[in-house]
Amino acid sequence: MKLITAVVKPFKLDDVKESLKAAGVVGITVTEVKGFGRQGGHTETYRGAEYKIDFLPKVKLEILADAPDVDRIVDVISAAANTGKIGDGKIWITDVETVIRVRTGETGASAI
Amino acid sequence: MESGDLAWVLVSAALVLFMTPGLALFYGGMDRGRNVLNMLMMNFYCLLVVPVLWVIAGFSLAQTPFDNGFIGNFDSFFLKDITVAGDGGALATVAFLGMFAVITPALISGAVADRMKFSAWALFVPIWLFLVFVPVFKWVYGGWLFDRGSIDFAGGTAIHVNAGIAALAAVMVLGARKSDPSPPHSLPLVMIGTGILWFGWFGFNAGSALAANGQAAQAFMNTFLAAAAAGLAWMFVEWKRDGHPTTLGAASGVVAGLVAITPAAGYVSGPAPVVIGLVAGIICCYAVRLKKKFGYDDALDVVGVHFVGGLVGSLLIGFFANPSFFDADFDEGIFYGGGGKLLVEQLIANVAAIVWSFVITYLIMVVLKKTIGVRVNAEAEANGLDLSEHGETAYHSGS
Repeated sequence: MKLITAVVKPFKLDDVKESLKAAGVVGITVTEVKGFGRQGGHTETYRGAEYKIDFLPKVKLEILADAPDVDRIVDVISAAANTGKIGDGKIWITDVETVIRVRTGETGASAI
Repeated sequence: MESGDLAWVLVSAALVLFMTPGLALFYGGMDRGRNVLNMLMMNFYCLLVVPVLWVIAGFSLAQTPFDNGFIGNFDSFFLKDITVAGDGGALATVAFLGMFAVITPALISGAVADRMKFSAWALFVPIWLFLVFVPVFKWVYGGWLFDRGSIDFAGGTAIHVNAGIAALAAVMVLGARKSDPSPPHSLPLVMIGTGILWFGWFGFNAGSALAANGQAAQAFMNTFLAAAAAGLAWMFVEWKRDGHPTTLGAASGVVAGLVAITPAAGYVSGPAPVVIGLVAGIICCYAVRLKKKFGYDDALDVVGVHFVGGLVGSLLIGFFANPSFFDADFDEGIFYGGGGKLLVEQLIANVAAIVWSFVITYLIMVVLKKTIGVRVNAEAEANGLDLSEHGETAYHSGS
């Protein structure tokens, strides 16, 4: 089993979610996060004083998937979150030892 | 007082009361999220303590006639000679003026934000009320500055210049904040606060006619126009200079315009409020940047908006005062054939208020600093005054 983590632009969240649902993904966890990558931050001006805003708002999605599904899910996220401009985000995949469904106690792939 | 006048003064008093919560939101939104409750409380504290002090002796010392021209007496101690016999006009006036006494020290809170101990603020407000607000109010409304011929319709000199320069003295003793200034934590709160201030300001200015008459109507219109013109001016200056028309700029301009028209509201007409608003909007938009140049940490620009705006409005009376329009007895401004006499008197009145307010406020702060201390410790400043001073948090996640 794998954990797919994706950091994307907040306004792309709906597109990503709809594409994932259409692709059969049954659950995602979403967190509002801040950070910077190559895009860097930006400058805001209040009463003539400039403030450097280093951390930009992003959305982090976490999806548990069975190993054979991972490539397809990654493709779906990539396609839906892509704007072609800097700051589109990243996707990374990590190994997961096991998954437990709280309600039934099922473990492994059947808990996804 | 006629019943119509009485009704308008009572309504105006309630409108002016509403300005202090409005100011609290205006300042609170500009402040950091970890200090917003402290900012709201510094303002609400004025609403709690000043009315009581005003009734005990503030009004008496600020208003009762006493021929030395500098301070009143105790004839109205606890309002003992104020009755409702006849019509209640005297009592309504005490209440109306009391609202001004509430908001004047509250204006200073924006400068000392993010680092002043609440206990020091709790002592500062009553001391400042009696040693600075009351005498300056007396000089301007019935004392020596009034007798010389200066005019101040609703409190440009007595309130905004007075509180604005006091803010400068206060931050000079208090010192700068330890961390770098941060952007406003909630501009929507700033906009709501601005709306409430503007709404309340109709009572502040038009109510200062102390009658429901033509002068009140003109003051109302002037309040309407000057705020709009100043908001426009500030917005366009920022748009051209910094690249965007900002909400904070629009709100700041509106407040600067309201401040500037305050002393002039019942003395000018025609295009004057628009000119005063435009001038104040442009000047204040640049004045808020002076703090960097001079190195004082006026957190939310009380000096740049209230001191500078009040001074601009008060001096422009020297050009735009138009007594014949109001069929009233005050000197003409330069544009209406009065020569420079009124402008000179306006200058003298403001210099007198500035010197007194600055020196006495500075001394009050020094005494507080050497006795109970005026600053929170570094840890409290870093963690936020909401927690250190009030044991509360404004924004809880997951609730």
